Amino acid sequence: MKGNEAIAEAAIRAGADAYFGYPITPQSEILEYLMAANPHERTGMVVLQAESEVAAINMVYGGAGCGKKVMTSSSSPGISLKQEGISYIAGAQLPCLIVNVVRGGPGLGTIQPAQSDYFQAVKGGGHGDYHLIVLAPASVQEMADFVELAFDLAFKYRNPAMILSDGAIGQMMEKVYLKPQKQRSTEVPAWATTGKTKERERNIITSLDLDPYAQEQHLLRLQEKYREIERNEVRFEEIMVDDAEFLLVAYGTSARVCQKTLQLARAEGIKAGLLRPITLYPFPYERIRSLASHMKIIVSVEMSMGQMVEDVKLAVNGQVPVYHFGRMGGVITEPEEVLEYLKTKI
Amino acid sequence: MKTAEGLKDIIKPENLVYRKSSLITDKPFSYCPGCGHGTTHRIIAEVIEEENLAENTIGVCPVGCSVLMYDFLDLDIQQAAHGRAPAVATAIKRLMPEKFVFTYQGDGDLAAIGTSETIHACNRGENILIVFINNGIYGMTGGQMAPTTLEGMKSSTSPYGRDVKMMGNPLKMTELVAMLPGTCYVTRQSVHTPAAVRKAKKAIKKAVGYQKKGMGTCFIEIVSNCPSGWKMTPVESNKWMEENMFAYYKPGDLKVPAESDADAENKNEQ
Amino acid sequence: MTEEIIIAGFGGQGVLSMGKIIAYSGLMQDMEVSWMPSYGPEMRGGTANVTVIISSERISSPILRRFDTAIILNQQSLDKFENSVKPGGILIYDGNGITRHPVRKDITIYRIDAAEEASRMKSQKTFNMIVLGGYLKIKPLISIENVVKGLKKSLPERHHKLIPENEAALKRGMEIIRRLN
Repeated sequence: MKGNEAIAEAAIRAGADAYFGYPITPQSEILEYLMAANPHERTGMVVLQAESEVAAINMVYGGAGCGKKVMTSSSSPGISLKQEGISYIAGAQLPCLIVNVVRGGPGLGTIQPAQSDYFQAVKGGGHGDYHLIVLAPASVQEMADFVELAFDLAFKYRNPAMILSDGAIGQMMEKVYLKPQKQRSTEVPAWATTGKTKERERNIITSLDLDPYAQEQHLLRLQEKYREIERNEVRFEEIMVDDAEFLLVAYGTSARVCQKTLQLARAEGIKAGLLRPITLYPFPYERIRSLASHMKIIVSVEMSMGQMVEDVKLAVNGQVPVYHFGRMGGVITEPEEVLEYLKTKI
Repeated sequence: MKTAEGLKDIIKPENLVYRKSSLITDKPFSYCPGCGHGTTHRIIAEVIEEENLAENTIGVCPVGCSVLMYDFLDLDIQQAAHGRAPAVATAIKRLMPEKFVFTYQGDGDLAAIGTSETIHACNRGENILIVFINNGIYGMTGGQMAPTTLEGMKSSTSPYGRDVKMMGNPLKMTELVAMLPGTCYVTRQSVHTPAAVRKAKKAIKKAVGYQKKGMGTCFIEIVSNCPSGWKMTPVESNKWMEENMFAYYKPGDLKVPAESDADAENKNEQ
Repeated sequence: MTEEIIIAGFGGQGVLSMGKIIAYSGLMQDMEVSWMPSYGPEMRGGTANVTVIISSERISSPILRRFDTAIILNQQSLDKFENSVKPGGILIYDGNGITRHPVRKDITIYRIDAAEEASRMKSQKTFNMIVLGGYLKIKPLISIENVVKGLKKSLPERHHKLIPENEAALKRGMEIIRRLN
């Protein structure tokens, strides 16, 4: 199964209520799969091709405001278009899932895979002070598994969650185990707009507060929530770090590439290890900080000009040298290149 | 001369001929004196109350003067990004088809930045009601030119009057959406006289009925005034609206469901 | 056991689907698999290639520079990938339209004239299956039965009647592949 198809099938099985999307390469298979799989008959899930990415994300806002499990997906240029809506969703504290199957940019860029939307994903993306919960799958299996995880975290914290993938994982096929079908939830969150009954105050979905002091209080509450997410939800994987002298930090496709680099390096007697952040927000600062003291150097490997490397540097805080290596513009880094680079720094 | 005591005597349930809808909150309207928003809010609230729909209604308000509609109507309401209310309402209605869903949008919101969402929601025939307040100006941001600003009309961004060669022509959204097969009921109303208010309210009531039957998108334009933006008194602005706005934005039904004869008659009336 | 394969040729030659069949067949044999296409403009004609890995272990990088096996179906791909075969690896190519033949001495080179054979068999669409048959002769990592199972999995139901024709092509491929060095 392709990564994109795994996301679509997992969404149906996770009991998603709706998907709203607009075609863009390299993730159109998600909408195509959903349309063909006829989820309306399987679970009652609504799937709608919107007139634009902008409309799609605002449909997500509307559906999420009703307390439903809704999602959208797109690729980099489309995600840029969605940013206003994402900011509203974060401001109004609505849970939802946004999938970004990243392609190279800026602009129309390329349709080939890249990891150049890291900043946009983990630092907010749209206007205002906010964060998304960002999950970075490194396999088709994780593309499937993270759909339900993202929904769970989104609802737990009333916060939008993003799966930050890339064209390589979206397009590649691997073995995947799918979970059994879950029923769509009939639970209605207390804050959802479902029609005001006499038993409760009216529910309002908004991100507006014209009174600056009230708005500040709202933002402080958001900050509290982000701190809680940072305490509870950091996820990462470590490979061969116990005896490592050289640490690679990589997520998604780059993490897969680096696993091969580890094999090549170890075959040459170079003790390399890999830390793979699974959550990019919250980022595993603490773990990298504590690992740094045992390392000689750390290399952040990304298919970008070097974005995550800034967070790695924040974590390391000057303990050891931190470098960035990676190809960009749709060129996928090869395992050998990473090793060659590492050798220049040893 | 009546004393305060005397007034209390008169205000008794059996003497009441009119009361505020229970769906209007006690929060004072933020609208300028003489503006049509307040009246339109009122008739929407009255229809929802009369139809006993409050528990099954979700409203979507825009960015513009009516951004704070949720402060004034005691209903579940979502505040949408600028222009996107029809997309937001699309999802709400698709996920909860049994609810009554309406959007409330001004001309900048619906006819400029939200043109795409409006056209496509209407074209898909979403079972929602779109209430479109057209006063030919951006009220909230201080009187800038709207897509609906009339030729020659002055605004803060067309200080010498709208020059259609340079600034384009006023946009007739209602005529546009009436062409789309997805709309079932498209009408242009106003709320500047008691008779007009009654008719506009009737239109909203009809739209509720059509939505219940799942007949497609209902689109009600309310041609309105903006005394502050137009720099007129409320009375002057209503007169100006009748003379100028109505000449270009002709009140009346543009599209009514075929099977309804009563509606067809109503059209002839105009 | 890990086998890293690149299949490259023109779009429309069945490059991606051959890769898919290998991947599905590997899956039927309970192996780990990955199928990583080069996608994009190539989808609309031009060159196409796909990296397929089948392994008894967890697969690390789905993107590779060096391959155990290269299956090459046109000149551009031969030019591009001849040097990507690991020393000791194998290169299989279809001779149709090839003017510059492979020259490496440190790999084993096989030629399979599958295009010619497919047209002789009046079964052009099974061209890629002839190539696959040739490959499986050289590297019998997966059984014909599992390939047929893989075909059933990857082909829509309405095309299942074509499976016997494909099976015949597989077997023909096994017969006509020949070693050059």
